[in-house]
Amino acid sequence: MGMTVVEKILARASSLSSLKAGDIVEPKVDLAMSHENAALVINQFLEIYQGTGLEPKIWNPSKVSIIFDHRVPAESPKTASNQKKIRGFVAANKIKKFHDIRGDVGGICHQVLPENGYIKPGFVVVGTDSHTTSHGALGAFAFGIGATEMASVWALGCVLNVEVPATIKVNVTGKFKKFVGPKDLILHLIGKLTAEGANFKVIEFHGPTIKKMSTSGRLAICNMSVEAGATSGIVPADNETVRYLREEAGIKGKIHRVVPDNDAVFERIVDIDVSNLEPQIACPHTVDNVKSIKEVKGTKINQIVIGSCTNGRLDDLEIAAKIIKGKKVAQGVRMLIFPASARIYNQALARGFIGEFMKAGAVVMNSGCGPCLGIHEGALGDGEVALSTTNRNFKGRMGNPKSEVYLCSPAVAAASAMKGVITDPTKIKL
Amino acid sequence: MSQVIYKLGDDISTDIIYPGRYMATVLPTETPQFAFADIKELNEKLNTKQVPHGSIIVGGKNFGCGSSREQAVSALKGYEIIIIACNFARIFFQNSINLGLQTITCPEIEANEGDELDIKGGEVVNKTSGKIFRIEPMPKARQAIIEASGLIAYTRKRVMEKASMR
Repeated sequence: MGMTVVEKILARASSLSSLKAGDIVEPKVDLAMSHENAALVINQFLEIYQGTGLEPKIWNPSKVSIIFDHRVPAESPKTASNQKKIRGFVAANKIKKFHDIRGDVGGICHQVLPENGYIKPGFVVVGTDSHTTSHGALGAFAFGIGATEMASVWALGCVLNVEVPATIKVNVTGKFKKFVGPKDLILHLIGKLTAEGANFKVIEFHGPTIKKMSTSGRLAICNMSVEAGATSGIVPADNETVRYLREEAGIKGKIHRVVPDNDAVFERIVDIDVSNLEPQIACPHTVDNVKSIKEVKGTKINQIVIGSCTNGRLDDLEIAAKIIKGKKVAQGVRMLIFPASARIYNQALARGFIGEFMKAGAVVMNSGCGPCLGIHEGALGDGEVALSTTNRNFKGRMGNPKSEVYLCSPAVAAASAMKGVITDPTKIKL
Repeated sequence: MSQVIYKLGDDISTDIIYPGRYMATVLPTETPQFAFADIKELNEKLNTKQVPHGSIIVGGKNFGCGSSREQAVSALKGYEIIIIACNFARIFFQNSINLGLQTITCPEIEANEGDELDIKGGEVVNKTSGKIFRIEPMPKARQAIIEASGLIAYTRKRVMEKASMR
């Protein structure tokens, strides 16, 4: 019987010749990523060894990565102390794939890992972050786990008792209209599947539209697959994957492309034609509350956010800069820009995007998770409304349960920033 | 027999269970105070110790969706409450098993605040309404971790086995 990409990856990582959805395996991990929650992982890791008489030892420090991104620079003494504790652990355990708060190599974990060549097709990647699904963009099986599970991975090098997930195949055809793109596709898909429609399942992306899509776009759609509940999103490795890994991630060695068998068994096949897709908006307070822009245009906005692990990449900033160039952010609107990594920030600076944003009145912040999770910057006031290129609009997400968050593409966010209301970028004159 | 102390709707996210602004707090001894911090009534109920161990919170579909933050589980575990929901989001569900928070998948559950429920033999019996609801059995892969009383103990066992093989 044929296998899906994830079945093949799990078979290899579990030293099995074949397996199928529903089987229980213990796959070896190729990369284990944490961010500031490594503070909790460390506690749990040490607890595993308590009373054993054994020295706590990470199975393979070269396969562990820690990136500071959630609260950078630290918003409180508590966070600063957690970060300090992690730095000590990193040094003591010789963890090299560590990215501190820096303007050259720092950034959001889901951008830092791919751009540094830490992810390869066929890898099993786990991260203590739900958006670890992002790395499926490079043909890896990547999924989010909790801190205790990560502690277990640090100790053993494998994930215990994994049930092989069933796969939903999504076949995407058609050419996007101008200013419509990957974010609109994934919002549309989440609306269609619902927030629990892919729970415990993998979404495998196929079709000519995906073949033509940049790795940046693929990272965005795999990133948000978890918003349909998916364990992981994945794009089987192709020429674009190899191009990205060679040219942008600096990988020199062999790259194995893992592709599904022709007779792979999918639980369900979903076909989407994007030719007539309008910009999509996820309305408060669930990500599957997706509407076409026609239904919500004109909604007044107080804060625009462009950035995050979903849409803070160079092409996202480019499209926003193109729209905002020579114009002004509307009075009474705050526009916040968060490049996904320091590398992207520097590229955007060199390309002149940062200057355009600032001239228009936007505030450009350091790379990090920023206001997306409502911890330390860009909080909303009571009754305020944000329009954001991030990935979640749950009640209270941006730090205030009395506010509302709408989710959109960078093009919609930039067009709306100028008008102060939700605006269709396909309808504006540049 | 246990009492339902609160009823929640569908898609209760980890931002509702444990808001992001408390994420710098990681110790299981400290997280419970922030459980459902933005649902004042429920948070007060939990914090003022009105809730005996084994009390029940009922949710709808997709309970625990969103972030992988384990605080959302350790905060509830601190009160030793039971969560019954139509279904759970994957990471929350796995974290619950790993930390020993009792989660019960009960697709058709109907229960209101104050109802008395009896959980036994694969069923939830609502003593107040007289209705009986089927419990979805726990997948075998997860049962092993529950039987070892959580992932720390389970991993410890594996680490010891590995060491003794050397």
